[in-house]
Amino acid sequence: MNEASPDSAPAVDVAQAVRQRRVEVAQRKPEADADVNLQHIQVCNYSFFYGTTQVLFDVNMDIPERRVTALIGPSGCGKTTLLRNINRMNDLIDGIRHQGDILIGGQSVYDRYLEVISLRKRIGMVFQKSNPFPKTIYENIVYSLRVAGRNKKAELDETVERSLRGAALWDEVKDRLKESAFSLSGGQMQRLCIARAIANRPEILLMDEPCSALDPVATGKIEDLIDELKKEYTIIIVTHNMQQAARVSDRTAFFYLGKLIEYDDTQTIFMNPAEEQTEAYVSGRFG
Amino acid sequence: MKQVDDHAAQSTPRPSAPASGSGRPAGETYVWVTGMGLTVGLTMIVLLLALVVYNGVSVFWPRHVALVEFQDDGATRFRDGTRALGVILIEQDRDMRDLTPEQRDSPNPADRREKQLFLGNRDAFGQSFAYFSAGDIERVSYPEEVIRAERMEWGDAIFFPIRLELQDADPIEADDPAFDSTLHKLVDEVNARRAAITRIERHAIGQINLQMRDLELEERFYSRQDALTPEQQAARDSVRDRMEQLRAKYEPLAAEAAALRAKQEENRLVYRLVTGDERSMPLGQVVHYYYPNRLTLAGRARLFAGHIWGFLSGYPREANTEGGIFPAIFGTFVMTLLMSVAVMPFGIMAAIYLREYAKQGPLVRAVRIAINNLAGVPSIVFGIFGLGFFVYFVGGNIDRVFYDRALPTPTFGTPGILWAALTLALMTVPVVIVATEEALAAVPRGVREGSLACGASKWQTIRYLVLPASAPGILTGLVLAMARGAGEVAPLMLVGVVALAPNLPVDAIFPFIHLERKFMHLGFHIYDLGFQSPDSEAAKPMVFATTLVLILLVVVLNLLAILVRNHLRKKYATDKF
Ligand SMILES: Nc1ncnc2c1ncn2[C@@H]1O[C@H](COP(=O)(O)OP(=O)(O)O)[C@@H](O)[C@H]1O
Ligand SMILES: [Mg+2]
Repeated sequence: MNEASPDSAPAVDVAQAVRQRRVEVAQRKPEADADVNLQHIQVCNYSFFYGTTQVLFDVNMDIPERRVTALIGPSGCGKTTLLRNINRMNDLIDGIRHQGDILIGGQSVYDRYLEVISLRKRIGMVFQKSNPFPKTIYENIVYSLRVAGRNKKAELDETVERSLRGAALWDEVKDRLKESAFSLSGGQMQRLCIARAIANRPEILLMDEPCSALDPVATGKIEDLIDELKKEYTIIIVTHNMQQAARVSDRTAFFYLGKLIEYDDTQTIFMNPAEEQTEAYVSGRFG
Repeated sequence: MKQVDDHAAQSTPRPSAPASGSGRPAGETYVWVTGMGLTVGLTMIVLLLALVVYNGVSVFWPRHVALVEFQDDGATRFRDGTRALGVILIEQDRDMRDLTPEQRDSPNPADRREKQLFLGNRDAFGQSFAYFSAGDIERVSYPEEVIRAERMEWGDAIFFPIRLELQDADPIEADDPAFDSTLHKLVDEVNARRAAITRIERHAIGQINLQMRDLELEERFYSRQDALTPEQQAARDSVRDRMEQLRAKYEPLAAEAAALRAKQEENRLVYRLVTGDERSMPLGQVVHYYYPNRLTLAGRARLFAGHIWGFLSGYPREANTEGGIFPAIFGTFVMTLLMSVAVMPFGIMAAIYLREYAKQGPLVRAVRIAINNLAGVPSIVFGIFGLGFFVYFVGGNIDRVFYDRALPTPTFGTPGILWAALTLALMTVPVVIVATEEALAAVPRGVREGSLACGASKWQTIRYLVLPASAPGILTGLVLAMARGAGEVAPLMLVGVVALAPNLPVDAIFPFIHLERKFMHLGFHIYDLGFQSPDSEAAKPMVFATTLVLILLVVVLNLLAILVRNHLRKKYATDKF
């Protein structure tokens, strides 16, 4: 049959290749494929537009794996926008447009063979305002497993304990897993959201000002947690708090009006910045 | 400062008030105005409810029966006598135009007032109610021996008993101590026999009739053919055989029913009316009886409960003015349930599409406006649409395809409960859509984003988070839809409601739910009683009682939905978002 119409052979091959690639992308794990590191993020000449207003200008960043990278800068400079484009949460908004690319493990997040759902499964996200689901604590954690069709009780139980321990919440809630998530305090809710974000063992963790609504005690707990989590995850954290950035991050990127002004080791950014503007911002002279 | 004053003057136009004002805040007047609006509205509702509850409940209270005696020289007479027997219902001022000049100037105010009596005995008097001038009444007494009996025909009878004429025993006089116990026993017997007759006629014979009708249709189909194949002939013969068998089954049942009916006529009760006429009736006529002036309070309360139960569980008699309203309650209930079942999925699906999937633009906005306007379309228009579309078009085509043997007798191509439910579903679907859309919109963005960030698809997000969280709001919409649907009458008159339905829409005969049947409805029942019955005065108490039941039914349906909603609320959303 293939011999009769040689033109049709490549068509079959393309379809197969697409399927193959999908499977590969979905199943790829760092340990399975040594030269692909799914925790490594590269932002290449990236510009972003809401309608006609440009909010990111030609950003270039190489974000190392298993490190904490802090994004700092005054409000409205585009930190959230960049973060939300890494797992393509901005797809929900009408009239968006981008130039350049964001690569994870060398693959573009805009790759047409990459399903956005499988991308998001590999990236955990913690939002500025804690957003527990109106369900029990238990169901909140296992949500990402359930939507992936994994419903085995043993696995779910194991996940709940591991994630809650990971988020330093286990001891506080282990006796009330069947209670509503709304019965938790503000700090606990945010840690629950972190636990939820790491439940599905993602490779990357995105955090958008996770402590902005919390008291110092809760903030301290979450900072300790970030220190712990970076052993396993690549973490990108947006923060307004200079001390926090200095405390928790290894690398810091300073944004101003949508431009990446300076990106270097945290030490350097805070002690010895190359740019005037960075110096002014981190020393609190404007912001 | 000046500017502020100007502004205040503008927002409270008080032309006569001095410009400098009294220093009162500008909005104060409107607090009173709006408060008054609420007060007026609430007062009207409370008054209406009180009226309905009082009149609806008092119908069932077994009241004393008064023997009213008029002055010998007065103008007031009842059937040429000076006595009347009945329940005093109201006392009111007479219409000034009916008064004679003497009465108008009389020093005795009672001359200008009148009493309304419920007389009963419509068979004898031709009327159930009468007004008597209060000034002419000399004496009112409450004779102990009076009996009030509810009858199968002609409404209640109020009389002095004389004797029981028995088929196989000597007559028993009313003053005989055995009279009451015998009468009681016999009335119980006739009631049992009446139930047996109903069982035979309504159920056994009814079932035979239904099967017979099917067979007749088949028979007619064969007899319409020009030439029959041998198989068809065999089929026809088998149909005729089965018809014979049914007829054979029918005969003894009919005979049994006739025998029971004859037994109902055996014993008679002889009684005297207040006018002195002696009458008698077969005991089969009596539904129940009591001595209204002999009852203790407890006995009265027991009777009251019995009357209410009889009203709720009984079947209507005498053009609906007597008996119970069970079929109407049941019909309303089933219709509302069917409507909810139909309206829920469509309303919710439409709202989900509009809110979650459709690209918000001019088209969606136009659709939304259209939906809102649909809620304002007069209900009769929906009735006409239901008749044209559901009954004639859909039903007619169902008949042509599935029930062609019965044609030209329509099966689904005629008004019925299914079409009524669908028509009301169409009418109330905007309510559900609007409520569901609001509930969906109230689910915060953060929850949706959190779900998507967990790798859920859009449908999973809707299914697992958005819908459960908005379930209480959706149910509120359903409550509104049900309340509107249960109370609607106008469209139903076109698509399935009748004043008297021979059968319930749900019964023990296969296939148990008969969606093609016509049904009774409380709202239409009220209209029929109040405006279509020959004696509207006699039907008035029933109108109030039925209204009360309709209101209660709507309240019960609402409470049910609210309970479910609160349960869901507890289950899914333990916190406001
Ligand atoms: N959904 C949106 N539509 C249009 N403009 C937006 C939207 N979200 C953010 N912006 C704009 O993009 C710019 C960057 O916003 P954001 O990334 O939230 O800043 P940051 O998180 O650094 O405070 C701001 O000027 C903001 O007004
Ligand atoms: Mg932000």
